Amino acid sequence: MELNIKTVDQLTVVEPLGDIDGKTAPTFQDGVLAIIEPGSRILIDMSGVSFMSSAGLRVMLLTHRKATGSEARIVLVGLNENILNSMTATGFINFFTVRNTLDEGREALG
Amino acid sequence: MERIDVHPTHVYQGFRIRSGKPYPFGATLVPGGINFSIFSRHADYCVLVLFNRGAKEPLVEIPFRGMFQKADNKEPVWGEFRTGNVFNMTVLELDHEDLEYAFRMDSNYQSTPRGKPGIHRFDPSRYLMDPYARAIGGRDEWGKLADWADPYQHRARIVFDDFDWEGDRQLEIPMEDLVIYEMHVRGFTRHPSSGVPSAQAGTFSAIREKIPYLKDLGVNCIELMPIFEFDELEHSARDELSEGWARMNYWGYSTVGFFAPKAAYAATGPMKDGTMVADELKNLVKELHKNGIEVILDVVFNHTAEGNEQGPTISYRGIDNATYYMLNEEGYYYNFSGTGNTLNCNNPIVRDMVLDALRYWAAEYHIDGFRFDLASILGRDPWGAPLANPPLLEALAYDPILGKCKLIAEAWDAGGLYQVGSFPAYGRWAEWNGKCRDAIRRFLKGDSAMSGAMSMVVQGSPDLYAGRGPTASINFVTCHDGFTLNDLVSDNEKHNEANGEENRDGANDNNSWNCGWEGPTCELAINELRRRQMKNAVAMLMLSQGVPMILMGDEIARSKLGNNNTYCHDNELNWLDWDLQEKNADLYRFFKNTIAFRIAHPVLRNRDHFQQQDSRNGFASISWHGTQAWRPDWNGNALAFMLSSRANGKADGDNPIYVAMNMHWDALPFELPSPPDNLSWHLSTNTSMPAPQDIYEPGNEPPLENTSSFLVGGRSVAILVAK
Repeated sequence: MELNIKTVDQLTVVEPLGDIDGKTAPTFQDGVLAIIEPGSRILIDMSGVSFMSSAGLRVMLLTHRKATGSEARIVLVGLNENILNSMTATGFINFFTVRNTLDEGREALG
Repeated sequence: MERIDVHPTHVYQGFRIRSGKPYPFGATLVPGGINFSIFSRHADYCVLVLFNRGAKEPLVEIPFRGMFQKADNKEPVWGEFRTGNVFNMTVLELDHEDLEYAFRMDSNYQSTPRGKPGIHRFDPSRYLMDPYARAIGGRDEWGKLADWADPYQHRARIVFDDFDWEGDRQLEIPMEDLVIYEMHVRGFTRHPSSGVPSAQAGTFSAIREKIPYLKDLGVNCIELMPIFEFDELEHSARDELSEGWARMNYWGYSTVGFFAPKAAYAATGPMKDGTMVADELKNLVKELHKNGIEVILDVVFNHTAEGNEQGPTISYRGIDNATYYMLNEEGYYYNFSGTGNTLNCNNPIVRDMVLDALRYWAAEYHIDGFRFDLASILGRDPWGAPLANPPLLEALAYDPILGKCKLIAEAWDAGGLYQVGSFPAYGRWAEWNGKCRDAIRRFLKGDSAMSGAMSMVVQGSPDLYAGRGPTASINFVTCHDGFTLNDLVSDNEKHNEANGEENRDGANDNNSWNCGWEGPTCELAINELRRRQMKNAVAMLMLSQGVPMILMGDEIARSKLGNNNTYCHDNELNWLDWDLQEKNADLYRFFKNTIAFRIAHPVLRNRDHFQQQDSRNGFASISWHGTQAWRPDWNGNALAFMLSSRANGKADGDNPIYVAMNMHWDALPFELPSPPDNLSWHLSTNTSMPAPQDIYEPGNEPPLENTSSFLVGGRSVAILVAK
């Protein structure tokens, strides 16, 4: 998995590319945690992620919790149907702010 | 501070290991690795086999005894990883998500070839599934053709037990307040009419989508038919025409693993991720709990999917046949379950396994209670004799973790033991009251002289449960075994031809009545009568003390076309047709309001049996009547009664209730007793009236004009409430 991180209009946009599973989860977590600062607004564009395992769900949640703990905000966009379904089935979806598109995600972050 | 046991002591083919911990059994995530622990009393050699997920060839096979390398200097060293009869080893640095594991076992005891009777069945060539596997793959997608060339069919996986319950706990709804809805996970939403997206249809996730339906109906507990991992392909047969399955193990009363949820019941099953499947079921329980609905599991501990001596070796028989199964002296399997083998439940090892499994479901899945299939088997000793004080049943009753769980017995087995009313209860156990079912059915169809038997049902069967109270009685008219309610009033005989046994299977004593025509009919009068009988039945159930249970779909007149044993059909015979909700909206409304009436009136939900001396303003807590007030006929087919306080004499602000059940074919006038406290009678229910006059919402009952007498139609139930 690759992790592209860029700043667009004062938003941090994180683009993971590849699967997020037990093997790649630490890369994702380390990368995102490194950019979290109090008050930061982070958009995670998941459109480059085709598969997320239970370990992937967990690392997303841990990251999200650490972010909200530092008063940062995270919004997920571009989840594919499979990931959306598994997040819904397992209830992980309830912890996140999810939007369909980048624009909607930006709007949600204000 | 770092633990010092995260470092290996031995190396085997590059895998870094150390001695493990014998407890807990199974595969457990520990710091730095996974601890594997498995019991066998009679094996003397054991190998841990690790696979990458789905691989036919193992990643490595690590013996629990043999030559290893020292971790520090790579010098050869002898090692043995065993404590007593438990093989245990910790393997470090494994990717638990991509891992499946098995064991191979061997012994000096003489082994037995498949097909022959014998005490020991060790076969070192076989991969054996861990009896404590928390997740099991191999049947990840329902009904998908298996790869029979794979030597490891049911594949143990690892579960990460860190679900975020957000404070959820078991609801602990008082037993007397439960209204149970028995359902099959797949059958509930598999039908295309369910409106659930096809990828989710028939899954745990889809039940979650239907919570609003369950809440609207008013039930506060769902009882799931077996959800422990089973093999739907067991005893299956292909249908050459449709290239689908003609028959399969649809109900799932045949356990492969007691600790693992059925992977193919999860929408996420096809992802082959054990933790994800567990998360999905946990999320369902959490959401049900948020909505005030408990979850009871129908658990099958009386036998396993390994069958008799002809059956497959999946796990138990290859690990320790003599421990796990009841065997006679020649090594044949006792068959008290009717399915080929009998789990040796009162062997101390097996007893602990059953306890461990139930504790796991209660602690890790927040399950509220358990219904034990063929529970009488759990009270037999290792040679099959019924025990006076069965250690397993006692242990379950006194278990600290199960301390608030509902324990419900199907108090009979296929070996002839019938213990309804006498199941060893230890103040905890309730029973599926099969006698209640038969009495309601016979009273309903107008058998003569049933009013006395029905009066016992109404009181929560004090004839069976004196000293245990009405909450020992799970009252039901229908369950998955037997006719649906619609078929109970539409068929005199079973119609099981589709099961492929020329209608020989299934029960013959159904106590059913077709109302004048066998099967579906266009005859208006017959259909009206059937509709009324269904309403009568649910009214009798909801008016009786004890714990009512209804069968999935009875509230909308689901039919199984007269088949009373649909264990093997993955089709419309078992799938709930949701279009019936609109078609039978009046019946649904009747069920809903009858349930609401029960919930609204504590006098219907006593914890204790009525004591005749209880009184309030001179009225007994229950008084009996007939067509004449205060003069019941105990040998007729009409019965009336009045409830005017709870069993403990407290009124609790509840209204007196009068019920007249006329199962005579003609209308009968019932003289009404005067209600206490200068109240007057209002009409709640009259099943002889068409909807919506058949039942009024609780609180909206209109007053009766004539309060001295009420004409109850033939085969009808009337309910009055005083206010």
